[in-house]
Amino acid sequence: MKASIEWLKEYSDINVSPKELGDILTMTGSKVETIEEQGREIQNVVVGKILEIKPHMDSDHLVVTKVDIGNGEIVQIVTGANNIHENDIVPIAKDGSKLPGGVEIKKGQLRGVESCGMMCSVGELGLDIHNYPNQIENGIMILASEQNEKIGKNKELEKSLGKDIKGELGLNQTIIDFEITPNRPDCLSIEGLGRETAVSLKETFKNPHKNLDEIKVPDKDDIEGLTVSIEAPDLCYRYIARVVKNVKIGPSPDWMVKRLNGCGIRSINNIVDITNYVMLELGQPMHAFDINSIEGKHITVRRAKKNEKITTLDDQERSLDETMLVISDERKPVAIAGVMGGQNSEIEEDTQTVVFESAVFYGGSVRKTAKAVGLRTEASSRYEKGLSPENALRVVNRAVELVEQLGAGEAVEGKIDVYPTKQKVSQIPLQVDRINHLLGIQATKEEMMNILEKLEMKVENNIVIPPYFRQDVEQLADVAEEILRFYGYDKLETTLINSETTLGGRNKEQTIRDKVAELLVNLGLSEICTFGFISNKDLEKCNIIGDNEYLQEAVYIQNPLSEDYTIMKTTSVPTMMQMLQNNNNYKNKDVRLFDISRTYQDKNEATKKGELPLENNILTIGMYSDNEDFYTLKGLVENVLEVSGMMRFDVRKEGNNKMYHPGRCANINVGNDVVATLGEANPLLTRNYDISQRILLAEINLDKIAKYARNNKKYAPITKFPAVERDISMLVDETVEVGRIETIIQKKSKKLLEEAKLFDIYRSEKLGENKKSVAYSLRFRVPDRTLKDEEINSVMTEIIAELEKSLGAELRK
Amino acid sequence: MQEQISQIKEKALEAIKNAKDAKELEEVRVQYLGKKGELTLILRSMGGISPEERPIIGSLVNQVRDELETKIEEGEKSFANKAIEERLATENIDVTEPSKKITLGSVHPITQVVNDVKEIFIGMGYQIADGPEIELATYNFDKLNTPPDHPARDIQDTFYITDDIILRSQTSSVQARVMESQKPPIKIICPGSVYRSDSVDATHSPVFHQIEGLVIDRNVSMADLKGTLAMFAKKCLGEKTQIRFRPHHFPFTEPSAEADVSCFVCGGKGCRVCKGEGWIELLGCGMVHPNVLRNCGINPEEYSGFAFGFGVERIAMAKFGIDDMRLLYENDVRFLKQF
Repeated sequence: MKASIEWLKEYSDINVSPKELGDILTMTGSKVETIEEQGREIQNVVVGKILEIKPHMDSDHLVVTKVDIGNGEIVQIVTGANNIHENDIVPIAKDGSKLPGGVEIKKGQLRGVESCGMMCSVGELGLDIHNYPNQIENGIMILASEQNEKIGKNKELEKSLGKDIKGELGLNQTIIDFEITPNRPDCLSIEGLGRETAVSLKETFKNPHKNLDEIKVPDKDDIEGLTVSIEAPDLCYRYIARVVKNVKIGPSPDWMVKRLNGCGIRSINNIVDITNYVMLELGQPMHAFDINSIEGKHITVRRAKKNEKITTLDDQERSLDETMLVISDERKPVAIAGVMGGQNSEIEEDTQTVVFESAVFYGGSVRKTAKAVGLRTEASSRYEKGLSPENALRVVNRAVELVEQLGAGEAVEGKIDVYPTKQKVSQIPLQVDRINHLLGIQATKEEMMNILEKLEMKVENNIVIPPYFRQDVEQLADVAEEILRFYGYDKLETTLINSETTLGGRNKEQTIRDKVAELLVNLGLSEICTFGFISNKDLEKCNIIGDNEYLQEAVYIQNPLSEDYTIMKTTSVPTMMQMLQNNNNYKNKDVRLFDISRTYQDKNEATKKGELPLENNILTIGMYSDNEDFYTLKGLVENVLEVSGMMRFDVRKEGNNKMYHPGRCANINVGNDVVATLGEANPLLTRNYDISQRILLAEINLDKIAKYARNNKKYAPITKFPAVERDISMLVDETVEVGRIETIIQKKSKKLLEEAKLFDIYRSEKLGENKKSVAYSLRFRVPDRTLKDEEINSVMTEIIAELEKSLGAELRK
Repeated sequence: MQEQISQIKEKALEAIKNAKDAKELEEVRVQYLGKKGELTLILRSMGGISPEERPIIGSLVNQVRDELETKIEEGEKSFANKAIEERLATENIDVTEPSKKITLGSVHPITQVVNDVKEIFIGMGYQIADGPEIELATYNFDKLNTPPDHPARDIQDTFYITDDIILRSQTSSVQARVMESQKPPIKIICPGSVYRSDSVDATHSPVFHQIEGLVIDRNVSMADLKGTLAMFAKKCLGEKTQIRFRPHHFPFTEPSAEADVSCFVCGGKGCRVCKGEGWIELLGCGMVHPNVLRNCGINPEEYSGFAFGFGVERIAMAKFGIDDMRLLYENDVRFLKQF
């Protein structure tokens, strides 16, 4: 909301600088976004009168003029403009003047003839041509003229020759742009901001329109044959119409145009300008229409019909539906309620009788309609915040008052006032102690009452009754905020909560997560941060197609930002692959990344039943490097499990996961529960992501890790008895997994084994095709005695026998 | 005999003196003190001397033996030291050659800020809370005093899964869940991802991070909120950081405030980061709206509380001088490794 300081001064004395005013109002809740001093860039441009125009000797398109720039000073100016006449009054940029955009005007010669300045166009003064309908774009701005009838004579202006143009054009306003919070539609008006200004500056609120509270206009059922009915009282709380006849459509006075411009609104004609002016002044949008365009002379406020059409004032045809509210005559809608009027009822040059509408609609409906038809207007942005039906009457009376003041028409006696949904009045007990406790201040009842009184909140028998324009004040907390705003947010002390001690901390999942992240950073991995979105295309790039559960259980976004962000990720692999690709594109070498984020699974179509999908906290590792292979990755994963406190798990080969290399992938299992998958990415993925190196990937479900992790460490005495070491070397088929060898060794060693350590795997032609030699160092020890050779020998015999039997191992000597 | 001992002693001392290395010294020891050494033989031949002389000679031999042993030991030590010195002289390395360390990875700047904030609030007795990212609209909006017609619920701003299930647009949704499931006193912070329908540019992202704080207890005041945030700002942004409250409006708090902090880059003098203002907008906060307390089953006549919430990206960007939000999600290791 823009407001000029000059306009605000009608409501409050302002004896501080614009900057100070801005700071003070910001601290009481009307946040100042910008302060603009209009015309700051225009210097030394004055009002001048063209005395004579003569042709230029050396040019067909230039003329030489003599201009009176006041104080008896007459200068010669050469110009190429062809819209000027002798005795025109125009803006003159004198020698040494400045114009917007840093332009400096200096004395010079044009084709050999001296020119001591420049006549200015609307654009050269930095003004918007649309605000000056009688001016032309490619010509000098004419302020008064005997020849140009459109502009006309102006004797008064003759007295202003030599005066600064900014004063004449109203360019000396200081405009403050406020950010008004949605709970304060009353501050989307000069009156509301004026009230805030007065209270904030501790000045008296001068209400220049007090008369509006006192005017009595009789109610009528019809005026000039016009009647009104409301079919949707849930969406239209009040509708008031007043009529003005013998209307003379014409331009608005300068003061009104200036104020409209200052607030960023263009002048159109006196009647339309009055509706806009009143909206700015009092915060209630109005609509004016030609009574003759109302067929059947009856206005109905009703819901639109499906596919009903209206062409709005901006010349666009809009299609409506039953959720929208329209102002309608007997045959057609004439306005979209609270949004914009229809072209069919527009005020025309020849309009004689005007209906002023001041109505209040349900804000939520106006907002939805405005969004749906794609039209957010000054009116709709006010309505959507919820306006006061009580204010509507003041506003229509003010509009009629202005019509008469401007001589634009004659008021017709009476008003039509349909008011089915009365505004509620809140009554809030003033609980001084509770307010002080809530805020942590010590204000007296008198101080509170004083603030409330200034805000026009009545306090009767300890009950606060907010004024009609403060519908946002409904309960104690709202009253507390009002008190704090003027007690001073800056006077709040900084205290600490005085209550029982609470124990801060993380839960098990959070602790594991933080530990794991720290470990991985210490092991050389960099944490990344990713979005939760992927697309079907991403899954396809990761070889996920058809009836794969990653597709079946995907959560789809109804209104995605783009095709790339249509589903919430069911697997973190596509995102990780994308990040590896980014780094590969940047030619980064040896990249090791990890990500802790969520995956989302719509199990059994939960979302269709209104239930939430499953969310899993997943640690994802992604790496490419010359020096690392599956076993480096396996080590990292094992470290993660160790640091989390998960000691028991199996590593099982996984050949069916589409995203991984079928020969180089494993699951980490606890029983049949897969807690992690790790391996080399399927070469299809590396190709699709355009990476030439092998990619290592791991997905670890941190929720499952937390479930299986134990933190029950216990000391076991360090044994004093010596260990017995035996090496064993065997020849097995290539297909025999060493994990199976280890399982047999474990099982057959009768709890005598302390450790079985693989120390060599050897392949050579001599050993034969598809054969490998595997060698273990076994260490036997028990806590309570020294082991005897015979015991070990017997165990070794059993181990070897079982290896031979189950795995076809040949013992090597 | 005494003379003989004396001669042996002189000879032996001479030999010790002349020994060139540890091996020669050992030979001397064997020659005089070994099993068949000259001094040892004298002890063995003591049977042939008178009982009166025996103790005298015995004592003399022991005395000489002790003396020789000491000398030999000294010699050995000196040879050993010499050997170490020689080794040291040859074992010089270039300490400026590269190390064999593990190159450390890096913590993402967003996580760093989150971690800092977590530590501060854990220290003040807060629990870390967590909630779903795909959330029921009721927790994200309705219970937080944001009814169905509220602008924040527009499809343009919020991602919808179904009409009733959305991607949470604020971590405040966790507030409502915690209030419903826990009895006061409640002191939590909740860091997490939130989703809004904004296109990616230098200052916007459809996914970003927030940290939400909530305290509910008897007699919690707005001054407590300011005090808590003042303490937090000092710990997080530097001891000299000042805090300022400005009135504002949020549907789920009343009274509401925006909290600014004195610019932690220029200290309040005005710079590029604070756009010459000296203050940086830090977060939105306020006293939990009585409607919110009621919606979550807490009696506003008995309990009060405060809530605050802020964007992590903005703080991370200001703190580390990152000028484009997209850098945070591109995950270029040349960027990541700087943190």
